Amino acid sequence: MEKAHTAKVLDERYVMLENINMTFVTNKGTFEALKDVNLNIKEGEFVSIIGHSGCGKSTVLNMIAGLLTPTSGNLFCAGREIAKPGPERAVVFQNHSLLPWLTCFENVYLAVDRVFGSKEDKAQLNARTKAALELVGLSHATDKRPNEISGGMKQRVGIARALAMEPKVLLLDEPFGALDALTRAGLQDELMNIMAKSGCTAIMVTHDVDEAVLLSDKIVMMTNGPAATIGEVLPVDLARPRKRLELAEDTHYNHLRSEVLTFLYARHAKKVA
Amino acid sequence: MTTLSINSTLPTADNNAEKSVESMASSVDATKPVAAATPAANTDYTAASANKALTSQKPSAFNKSMRQFFAWMIPPLMGLGLLIAVWTLISHQSQGLPGPVSTFKAAVILFSDPFYINNPNDMGIGWNILNSLQRVATGFGMAALVGIPLGFIIGRYEFMSRMTAPIISLLRPVSPLAWLPIGLLVFKAADPAAIWVIFISAIWPMIINTAVGVSKVPQDYMNVAKVLNLSEWKVVTKILFPYVLPYMMTGVRLSIGVAWLVIVAAEMLTGGVGIGFWVWDEWNNLNVEHIIIAIVIVGVVGLLLEQFLIQIAKRFSYE
Repeated sequence: MEKAHTAKVLDERYVMLENINMTFVTNKGTFEALKDVNLNIKEGEFVSIIGHSGCGKSTVLNMIAGLLTPTSGNLFCAGREIAKPGPERAVVFQNHSLLPWLTCFENVYLAVDRVFGSKEDKAQLNARTKAALELVGLSHATDKRPNEISGGMKQRVGIARALAMEPKVLLLDEPFGALDALTRAGLQDELMNIMAKSGCTAIMVTHDVDEAVLLSDKIVMMTNGPAATIGEVLPVDLARPRKRLELAEDTHYNHLRSEVLTFLYARHAKKVA
Repeated sequence: MTTLSINSTLPTADNNAEKSVESMASSVDATKPVAAATPAANTDYTAASANKALTSQKPSAFNKSMRQFFAWMIPPLMGLGLLIAVWTLISHQSQGLPGPVSTFKAAVILFSDPFYINNPNDMGIGWNILNSLQRVATGFGMAALVGIPLGFIIGRYEFMSRMTAPIISLLRPVSPLAWLPIGLLVFKAADPAAIWVIFISAIWPMIINTAVGVSKVPQDYMNVAKVLNLSEWKVVTKILFPYVLPYMMTGVRLSIGVAWLVIVAAEMLTGGVGIGFWVWDEWNNLNVEHIIIAIVIVGVVGLLLEQFLIQIAKRFSYE
């Protein structure tokens, strides 16, 4: 009974941020980036963090990744405190961050080898790498170097690298921000399929309202900095699988979309610099 | 040998001003027609190839590439021609400076037997070059073995960088030859002292360029390493080394350039068999042609070393 309760709590608070404050020390003095951020994310949930640029949404993601340590407050993932980066929290970087001297296969293999290298033999590692690249539809480009493929393909390799690690939480930092609108839509659809199959928890930073509503179970909207915090959390209760074209006409979808837009442009409008 | 060469230079030096002006004009004129003739020859060539194309109905790719090659070769050839013209001009005006023709004759004699050994102080030019190259290779090799790993450590750890900064900025500007007495004192022999001078002058570009490369590794790549939790060994082999390689190769190129510059001066002071000492020896013999030949040899060998390293750098570049 006790155990079941704990498990349920853990399930509800798979990723937990508690009273997070972040102050950066710069040449011009201190800058309070985040103030009192509290957030709970359920296991298997897809959560988007949206806000104007400079509101510290990437800072939040980097903290969950373990790349940044908060000035004060606690972060937990699956019941453990987050102290440093680890392969159970894989990151898809905005600018793909593939190593240009390695082929797509080698880039993914580097991650696979790190996570499973001690337990599995070479053939199994190769199979894992191939499967990950197949999942993102890149079986034909395994031996190409990153500078030989398009931006969309690079980002797919980045996603394959992250998924191949079989992470508990997938962290996406504006994953499609640098892509053109058509490529972006295609990759969003693919990401939805992949997430449905893998069922892993995902946290995505974005500034694209449509992307947030389409992909998320929950949208975390952040106020403007300095001392940014979570302004509102909007549950997205649209049935899955979601179809982009059907949703365009859907009144509930449009209502959710306008909620986010109102938050961003009416209540927390950012003055144009 | 010495008297002979002076005799051969005397007639040119004896020429009266009028004659040398005349020959200067003729030499300048001689370059002009070449420059003027080449475009003309080019157009002839085009016409010829056009005719050929008309008759054979197939524009030859070979002809086209040959034409591009000649067009590409004209400026450097003009440059070399200008150098030789200026040299001729000066040699006619000056007492004792041999002109291109007598230098070329001396070079033919010199290179007809590059590997003779009369006695330890009189060996062929080939031996001199090889001995110098060997010293450079030894000193440079040791500098690379020490400098490149040191550069990695300095670039990777802020503490090490700050610790070595005063040492490097203090010692780097010191003229390489200032280290020679220290080398002579410590090693008590001329040859290791020369190698020591090469070592100390070649090490700085490699340390500094490697360290700069390591410190410039994009944070994105380091974040990947952190998220993947890569071991330090993997970080070095999969991220740092491939990224730093072009920087390192720049350092290596600069180093070998410096080493080859310094060897001439070092050997002049230490003696023994080597191109630097050979230059000094020929100066004592007043054999000026040989000094000019040595200058050309040093230049050509330096150029070859540089090209060799550029080829290696290209092979290892990931782009």
